[in-house]
Amino acid sequence: MNTITTALGTDRARRPRAALTVLLTAAVAVGAPFYLAPFQVFQLTMVLLYAVALAGLNLLVGFGGQISLGHGAFFAAGAYTTAVMLDRYDTGHLATLPVAAAGCFLLGLGFGVPALRLRGLYLALVTLSFAVFLPPLLKRLEPVTGGSMGLTVDKLQPPAWSGLAEDQWMYFVVLAVTAVALLLARNLLRSRVGRALLAVRDNESAAEVMGVRLSLHKTLAFAWSAMFAGVAGCLYTWVIGFVSPDSFSFVLSITLLAGLVVGGLGSLYGPLLGAAFVMYVPSVSQDLSEAAPGVVFGLLIITVMFVAPTGLAGLPGRVLGAVARRLPRTTTTRAPIPEAAPAPDAEPESRAESGPPVTLTPADPAVVDAEPVGAPPRTEKE
Amino acid sequence: MRKTTALRVAAAATAALLTATACSSRRGQDAQDTAAGGACKGQQTTGITDKTIKLGGIYPLSGPASAYGTISKGAAAYFKYVNDKGGIDGRKVQFIVRDDGYQPPKAVEEARRLVEQEKVFAVFQTLGTPSTAAVWDYLNKQKVPQPFVATGASVWGTDDQHPWTIGWQPNYVAEARVYAKYLQDARPKAKVAVLYQNDDFGKDLLGGFKKAVAGSGIKVVAEESYEVTDPSVSAQMASLARSGADVLLNVTTPKFGSQALAADAKNTKWNPLHIVNNVASSTAVLQPVGFKNVQGVVSATYFKDPADPQWAKDPEVKTYTNAMHKYAPDADPANQFNAYGWAVASSLHQALDAMKCPTREGLRDAVRNLKKVKVGMLLPGVTMSTGHGDAFPLETMQLMRFKGQRWQLFGKPVDTRKEFGPPAK
Repeated sequence: MNTITTALGTDRARRPRAALTVLLTAAVAVGAPFYLAPFQVFQLTMVLLYAVALAGLNLLVGFGGQISLGHGAFFAAGAYTTAVMLDRYDTGHLATLPVAAAGCFLLGLGFGVPALRLRGLYLALVTLSFAVFLPPLLKRLEPVTGGSMGLTVDKLQPPAWSGLAEDQWMYFVVLAVTAVALLLARNLLRSRVGRALLAVRDNESAAEVMGVRLSLHKTLAFAWSAMFAGVAGCLYTWVIGFVSPDSFSFVLSITLLAGLVVGGLGSLYGPLLGAAFVMYVPSVSQDLSEAAPGVVFGLLIITVMFVAPTGLAGLPGRVLGAVARRLPRTTTTRAPIPEAAPAPDAEPESRAESGPPVTLTPADPAVVDAEPVGAPPRTEKE
Repeated sequence: MRKTTALRVAAAATAALLTATACSSRRGQDAQDTAAGGACKGQQTTGITDKTIKLGGIYPLSGPASAYGTISKGAAAYFKYVNDKGGIDGRKVQFIVRDDGYQPPKAVEEARRLVEQEKVFAVFQTLGTPSTAAVWDYLNKQKVPQPFVATGASVWGTDDQHPWTIGWQPNYVAEARVYAKYLQDARPKAKVAVLYQNDDFGKDLLGGFKKAVAGSGIKVVAEESYEVTDPSVSAQMASLARSGADVLLNVTTPKFGSQALAADAKNTKWNPLHIVNNVASSTAVLQPVGFKNVQGVVSATYFKDPADPQWAKDPEVKTYTNAMHKYAPDADPANQFNAYGWAVASSLHQALDAMKCPTREGLRDAVRNLKKVKVGMLLPGVTMSTGHGDAFPLETMQLMRFKGQRWQLFGKPVDTRKEFGPPAK
């Protein structure tokens, strides 16, 4: 056992360790629906689909530095696109996914235009107006959207060959889409687009001088982000099988933003943690206090922000950093702990790659600023 | 070397996980659903034993509609009161209340929790049209009764795909018919202006009213809608006043109800007969307008208002008030929503008593076969009836007129079944 720990602790064991994490995560993710009760599988499915929306919001807020209070509306647009296609045109479930994604991408492109001229709170207000105005609009468009009674559509049904229960099949489909979406988000951030976004977030003028086209990247960030929300909305319709304007009040937008901040802005696996927080904490707080679940929920958010100002995703790094500072120097022979020690619930992606080092460093705010909100946890540092 | 170590660890971990899965899968709980023997052979007895019965309810304890959440307190107080008296047919009621914050996805999650984890016998009440519509497919697929949902949409009764779901309160179409009947008798040549909320509630009521007055001398001469997000309805009221109608049908929720009443009182040139719908008829809505401004306003109701001194000596209201003080000391007994919760819980008590088999199927059939069941909290003359082709327990309401400081009932209870037949889809 001792040798294993030591072996895993060294820096050179990175690759096998990454492989191990991937394997374990995959095993847990695939095994879960066979172990958990159907209703818990349903909860996990919801966590995954919220994580997709949060990953999109993360692109915009965490990496793009723009605030959107309108992502609930993009989520709704995706959900309604899917529901209307299933209800009116009887297309298959899978056909709705690309349409919802493309539709929301275009919608986001359109909304990216004000993002060019406005920033910070002013942009937040414009997006908020979208979130506020969409539900009444959906109610007015009754012939298409079913008005305030909403639309009930068929849920995703497992094919006969799979031998799975409905909840298990939905879980696996959503898991697959989520995995693809999170990988896409990660690769996007490690491409030119991602680097350009980070540069724009940290200093617009400097980024422009370096040749980053501000208008293009700001608009694209909005569009990508809206697309993710739309995909999440599409999954939502598959899983819940019911949409109504009241499902997408502007509270949803705020919940998404809160979930992202709690999970960890600018972190790759923060969206997953944030989604879990949004999903589980309200019911836990109701178990703690029947009378005022809202108060407990609020207190928990405050606690999290106190203990982990960089979000839950940044917590392991902070804890290990604090431990390393207190430990006597002798232990430091065992590799630099804060960087190398794996975050217990970390998604594997951040470590899976040990190819060419990503040059995040110049744009990385942690270098410029001691404690910025939304600093990505330092995972790649070679 | 290191690679092999890591792989070994991975293999060991996977093996451990698979073992855990095989040994203690929680999925196996599915199989714990129980069935009855004897005459009720094969029917589901999940959540019910000879000594206990487990019910679940989903209410908005938080969020925009949290004012309605207190209905759960009235219902819980009733069940506690009944438990202290020995329970329902010897069965102690365990009533689990969950919060959905008026969000449909949350309602789905909580419904699944109640059915799959808590193993409730029935989901007694989901509140609000969106939450109910979000869960009824699931509950019907699982064959779990969803009796007496707390929403007045007529779809719960007209739909024939969901036999496990049934409403309770008079649906909005029935309420509209009560007003139509009243106008046919009192003002057969009325010209009606309608202010309505632009959602299922407003449209249900307006549509029901139009159908009920079709072919009579009553004409709807103007209709104006508003959104729940609108700040005020004064523009709509001004436009309705220009129509010169002599009756105003006010189909609104409380906030807009008092705005419309105030606007009507302010406009001294236009004095229509003002009918305000039941949702916005509580004294709390009328008080800010000023009682002197709302004299003669007409509305309809079906259960006893605990704040009304007329019922102060009524045995059921007395029992209710005492029980509320004892079992729900933080809730206000004068609040109509608490009385509503009490009334619907005691209605469920009657339905449970009427079950032929103590099974989920038994409850499903019992709520669809009620014959003039009397419930203490309902007005005299208002009874629950359902049967083949009629899935609306309450369809009788009584008119009331505001006089002095309170509502006064007048006329006889209007049974809309007799007058108009069952509501169409």
